[in-house]
Amino acid sequence: MAREFAIGFLPLVDAALPILAHEHGFAAQEGLALRLVRDVSWATVLDRLLYGHTDAAHLVAPLAIATTLGRGRPAQPLAVPFVLGLNGNAVTLRADLAARIAPDGALADPMAAGAALKAVVEQELGAGRRLRFAVVHRHSSHNYMLRYWLAACGIAPDSDVEITVVPPPFSADALEAGEVDGICVGEPWNSVAVERGAGRIVLATAQIWRRGVEKVLAMRQATLDTRREETEALIRALTQAARHFADPMMARENATILSRSAYLDGRADLIERAITDRLRLAQGTPPVHFPDFMFQYREAANFPWVSQAQWLYTQMVRWEGGAVDMVDAQAAGRVFRPDVYRAALLGTGEPLPGASSKVEGSLARLTSVGAQQGAMTMADNRFFDGRSFDPHEIAGYLASLE
Amino acid sequence: MRVAIVDESAARASVIHEGLAGLEDCEVSVITERRGLVARIAALKPDIVLMDLGNPSRDVLEEYFAVSRVLARPIAMFVDDSDEESIGASIDAGVSAYVVDGFAPHRIRAILDLAVRRFNAFARLQADLDDARGKLAERESVDAAKRILMKSRGLSEPDAYAALRKTAMDQGRKIAEIAQAVVTAHGLMGGN
Repeated sequence: MAREFAIGFLPLVDAALPILAHEHGFAAQEGLALRLVRDVSWATVLDRLLYGHTDAAHLVAPLAIATTLGRGRPAQPLAVPFVLGLNGNAVTLRADLAARIAPDGALADPMAAGAALKAVVEQELGAGRRLRFAVVHRHSSHNYMLRYWLAACGIAPDSDVEITVVPPPFSADALEAGEVDGICVGEPWNSVAVERGAGRIVLATAQIWRRGVEKVLAMRQATLDTRREETEALIRALTQAARHFADPMMARENATILSRSAYLDGRADLIERAITDRLRLAQGTPPVHFPDFMFQYREAANFPWVSQAQWLYTQMVRWEGGAVDMVDAQAAGRVFRPDVYRAALLGTGEPLPGASSKVEGSLARLTSVGAQQGAMTMADNRFFDGRSFDPHEIAGYLASLE
Repeated sequence: MRVAIVDESAARASVIHEGLAGLEDCEVSVITERRGLVARIAALKPDIVLMDLGNPSRDVLEEYFAVSRVLARPIAMFVDDSDEESIGASIDAGVSAYVVDGFAPHRIRAILDLAVRRFNAFARLQADLDDARGKLAERESVDAAKRILMKSRGLSEPDAYAALRKTAMDQGRKIAEIAQAVVTAHGLMGGN
């Protein structure tokens, strides 16, 4: 008798792993029956998780931490035993704005584009206008990546420009209608905007932080405790799905599955572009290959690094105000559960890192790292401005960003 | 007390509106349009906002609540440890509620309970309607299959029906399924 796991998700390409674990039978091999529950807002995905409609959810990583810390609503402890992927988002601007800050036919250099954008922002401010950008949620990596980029280029996200929330399916509309000047959103929504001629993709978030944590598998901590063994089985099934997703030979088939009406209900060709890291930046132009635009499997991409959770906490403090609270910083770190991930994959062929926390953004080239199991190498994981985040220096890191 | 109902389904919003209309000193507004939602809410200054779980604008509204100090006190998702049961019931029914912090809990509960009952009632109505539509569609395909058999095999109407029923019994399937198969096959063979 298969044990059921109900998993909530939003129709985005990075909801792929639970969907593929179900469709390719990886969950069934682990004795699990997945039931996928599609919603249209993160608020509802979260409510269903908290009130037991679902057992786990595809969630923007910062929201899992904010929920645990009680930011925005009474605290409810969540746990993240698996990261569903790194990056996969992009910044798409109105065509005329894009033309002023980015070269034709290629992704922009984040530093140069940021400097050019700063000039536009100042000009607009002089004329009494503020540029408006849309993100998908205040507690999203999109919000943090966009703000990181702007701030590092000397643009104050809260006063020089305006950042507003627009649900992904309406982001192309908002750009087209001139309600916003730019969007930072996941796929396929940048590509949808491009296809409609509503804007041009100028940056991938993977250019802002080469290995930035994106969606996670979130569970109530109590569910993880009572269903520990099944959760470990789920982690193994999701790992199989991740390997399948990253196989270029499978991209078309996987894009077709994801495009079905029960899942993304969208165009398979647009989904395939994201999966294969080949985005069409502007309407009618050939696709541009940007390796690791989405990063779902290699280098133990699914490992829940405590340091990544704590980096998200620093950004929460940075943009929501208040002082660093070491109790909160520790609690944020504990949301990510490398112990569960390790237990699930110990004895399989999957590499397991030796450490559970690392200095984020410290590697400039392919580097061999200590492993608990298998061989581990990690590639460039830098932030575009060259800073790195040492989780032992949280307060110092935040002070250095001011 | 001001209540705003945000629901893209105008039919459901009116069912809930009707349910709350009987409450004393309760001023109910309905918003079904996605555009301008935040501006409408800001103008209405509601004490309670009820919103269906399937509404794509929930994250937009929550962002407004998070940044807004327009209301006397920030609106929060209606979750208080003592109210877990009420909020659980509302999520089950498919409605989320946002309440001005510190608003009298017993009044919230009364409104929420009513809203939940109306949501559930609407869901039942919808299920009945879907059921009735399904039955109508079944009857239509049985009629179409009978006409095909009468025409192609020269059967009388009772005989055509009897043929469908016998096939259904022999195969352990529903008459409507057999009828649909006849209609599909007829279409494939070039009939119309």
